[in-house]
Amino acid sequence: MVAVTSPAFEANARAALVDAKLQKALGHIKDGFVQRRTAAAARLPEFDALRDLAKEIKDHTLDHLDLYLAHFERRVTESGGVVHWCRDAAEARETVLTICHAAGAKSVTKGKSMVGEEIALNDFLEKNGIEPVETDLGEYIIQLRREPPSHIIAPAIHVNKEQVAEAFRAAHTELPADRPLEEPAALLAEARAMLRRKFLAADIGITGANFLIAETGSTVIVTNEGNGDLTQMLPRVHVVLASIEKVVPTLEDVSTILRLLARSATGQEFSVYTTFSTGPRRPADLDGPEQFHVILLDNGRSAMLGTPFQEMLRCIRCGACLNHCPVYGAVGGHAYGWVYPGPMGAVLTPWLVGLDQAKHLPNASTFCGKCESVCPMRIPLPGLMRRLRERAHLERLDAPVARGALAAWSFVARRPRLYCAVAAIAARTLASLGGRAGCLRRLPLARGWMQGRDMPAPEGRTFMAQWRERAR
Amino acid sequence: MSAAREAILSRLRAVARETRAGAAAVEARLADRKPNLVPARARQPRRETIDGFRRMAIEASAVVRRIRHTDDIPDAVMAILRSENRPARLAMAPDAMLEALGWNRAMVEIRSGRAEAHDEVGLSVAFAGIAETGTLMMASGPTSPATLGFLPESHIVVLSADDVRGAYEDGWALLRARGGLPRTVNFITGPSRSADIEQKLQMGAHGPRNLHILLIDPDAAEPPGDR
Repeated sequence: MVAVTSPAFEANARAALVDAKLQKALGHIKDGFVQRRTAAAARLPEFDALRDLAKEIKDHTLDHLDLYLAHFERRVTESGGVVHWCRDAAEARETVLTICHAAGAKSVTKGKSMVGEEIALNDFLEKNGIEPVETDLGEYIIQLRREPPSHIIAPAIHVNKEQVAEAFRAAHTELPADRPLEEPAALLAEARAMLRRKFLAADIGITGANFLIAETGSTVIVTNEGNGDLTQMLPRVHVVLASIEKVVPTLEDVSTILRLLARSATGQEFSVYTTFSTGPRRPADLDGPEQFHVILLDNGRSAMLGTPFQEMLRCIRCGACLNHCPVYGAVGGHAYGWVYPGPMGAVLTPWLVGLDQAKHLPNASTFCGKCESVCPMRIPLPGLMRRLRERAHLERLDAPVARGALAAWSFVARRPRLYCAVAAIAARTLASLGGRAGCLRRLPLARGWMQGRDMPAPEGRTFMAQWRERAR
Repeated sequence: MSAAREAILSRLRAVARETRAGAAAVEARLADRKPNLVPARARQPRRETIDGFRRMAIEASAVVRRIRHTDDIPDAVMAILRSENRPARLAMAPDAMLEALGWNRAMVEIRSGRAEAHDEVGLSVAFAGIAETGTLMMASGPTSPATLGFLPESHIVVLSADDVRGAYEDGWALLRARGGLPRTVNFITGPSRSADIEQKLQMGAHGPRNLHILLIDPDAAEPPGDR
C-alpha cells in the first residue's frame, strides 16, 4: 500500500496531467484552501509575528530534543501512561502489535495519522488478523479504495463523489441498491452510520499526534470531524503514534503554534476539535481509555538534526505548501509516489526512503518560492530542495544527459572568452531561426518543453557585445 | 525497547549545536508559564470579551442562546429539544448545578452520566470559553464525561459569562490554578464537519451536528435570546 513509486515520478506526473477527473478535483484547491488561508491570515494582524515565534519555539526544542523528550516521557509515566521508543517503522509496527495482543484486540479504529501511513500500519495489522478501520472520512474512503493519501490533510482530494459512492456500494454490502448516494450529504450520512458501529465495537483506538507537550506529558490531536475523539475515548486502549519532532515545551508554546495551524491548513480560525490527552482515564472518570500508550518514532529524523535539514523538522503538517505549489496543483499527490507529497514531501521523503528512491522529488519544483512564503514555520523549502539536488548530483544520481549538459555548461561558464563566443553564436543562430516573427516554435533537445510554448527569439547580439559597443 | 530508547536519545545528545543552552535552560523554560504573543483581539475588556466569544462561536456555526440565570436552563433545553424535534430524553453530566435545577421530570427523561450510543442529546458544562475563536474549553472528569460532547447528535453546553476568557493561555492558567490537566481537555469550536468529499463542507461528520451554547450572561445589554 505504501510501496515507493517515487522513482517513477516523471511517468506518474505525465499520467496525472491527462487524468481529467484528477484535474477537476485539483481545481477545488485554489477556490478553497488558498483563498481561505489568505483571508484568515489577513484577519489576524499578529499572524507573521506568531510565525517568527513559532519558528523560535521549534528551533529551541529541536536543539534540546533529548531533554524535552525525556521530560515528556517522565510526565506521561507519572500520569499512568507508557512511552515506547522506536527506531524505525518495523519496531513501531511490532510495538503496536504487542499492545494489540496484550489487550486481546480484534478490531482497531484509527484517527488520521501520517505516521501510521509512514509505517504502513494497516497492511501489517490486517496480515496479523486485526481489522484496522480508518475513521477520518477521507482516510476511510482511500482505505476502501486501497490507495495512499494524496494530500496530508485532505487524503481523498483526488476522489470525486461518484467514486466515493462506488467504493461505499462495494464495501457496505447491506446497503440497499436503491438508496440514493448522489450527494455528499448522503455519502457522509452513510459513512457516519457505518463508522459509528466500528467506533463502538473497537478494542483499541489509534490516533496520531499534532503535538506532544513536554510540560504535561499530553498528546494533542486537531480534527474537524470528531473522529479522533471517538477513536480515543470509546475503546479500552488508546495508542498515540508520534514522531520525535512533535514535542513542544509548554501549553503556552502549543497555543502559539495552534494559532497558525488551522489558519494555514484550511483557513479556519480554529479547527473544531483540539484535544489534549494526558494519561489514561482517572479513577473516578466515567469514560475514557484504561490504557494510554505513546509510540515515539525516529525513523530517520535524528539524522536530520544538526544538518541544514533540521529546519524541516519544524513542519506541523498543515499542507499549505501543497495547496500553493504549482507542481502539486498540476499533478496531485500520488505522482510523488509515497506518503508525503508536495514541497514538504520533496524535502522529507528522501530522508525517509533514501535519496536514490526519491531523487526526482526535489526537481518537482519551479522554485517559485510560494511554499516558503506561506509556510507557517518558515521552512526554507526551495533552499532545502536545492541542497538535495546538489547532493543527488554529487552522488551521481541524476540522469546522464543532465550530467553531460551540466558538465558542458560548467566547462564553458568557467572560460569567459569561450562563453562570450558561444553566446554570440547562439544569439545569432537563434535570431535567424526566429525569423521575422522573432519567435521560436521548436528547438533541438527541447521538444517536450517547446510543445506547449513559444519562446521569443534573441535579437541577435549578446548583452556583452552591446555593452562594449556603448562603453566605447 | 529500552535499547531503542538509549539509541535514540544518545543520537539526539550527540548532535552538538552552538545554539544549545543545556539542561538548566530547558528546566527554566518548562517552569516559566509566560504566554508568548497573545493577539490583541484576545486582550479586550470583560464586556467585549464576552460579546466577542459569542460572535466568534456563532461564526463557527454554534447556536448561542443567552440566559440570565442557571434557573433558565431547563426551559432553554426544552426549547432546543422541541426545535430539533427530538424525543424528550437527555444524557446529562452528573454536575451538581445541573442536577439541582427544577427539571420537570415528567416531561423529560434525564439520565445522568456518560453518553451512550443511542443518546440524541447531551448536556454538559464548559470549564471555560475562549473569546478569540469562540471556543469552548471542556475539562473531562467525574462530573463532566467527555463522551457527552461527541456521541450525541446535539450537544448543549452551559457556559457562565464569568468563565469566558480572552485567550487559550488564560484557559490554561485557570486550569493550572485548579490542579492541573484532567485526562482530556477538549477545545470545541462549532459543530462537527467534514469537507473530505469534493471539498464541500458538510456538517455533522462523526460528532454532533448541532452545538448549542447556553451563555449565562445576566449583564448583557441586549435582551436575552437566540442567535
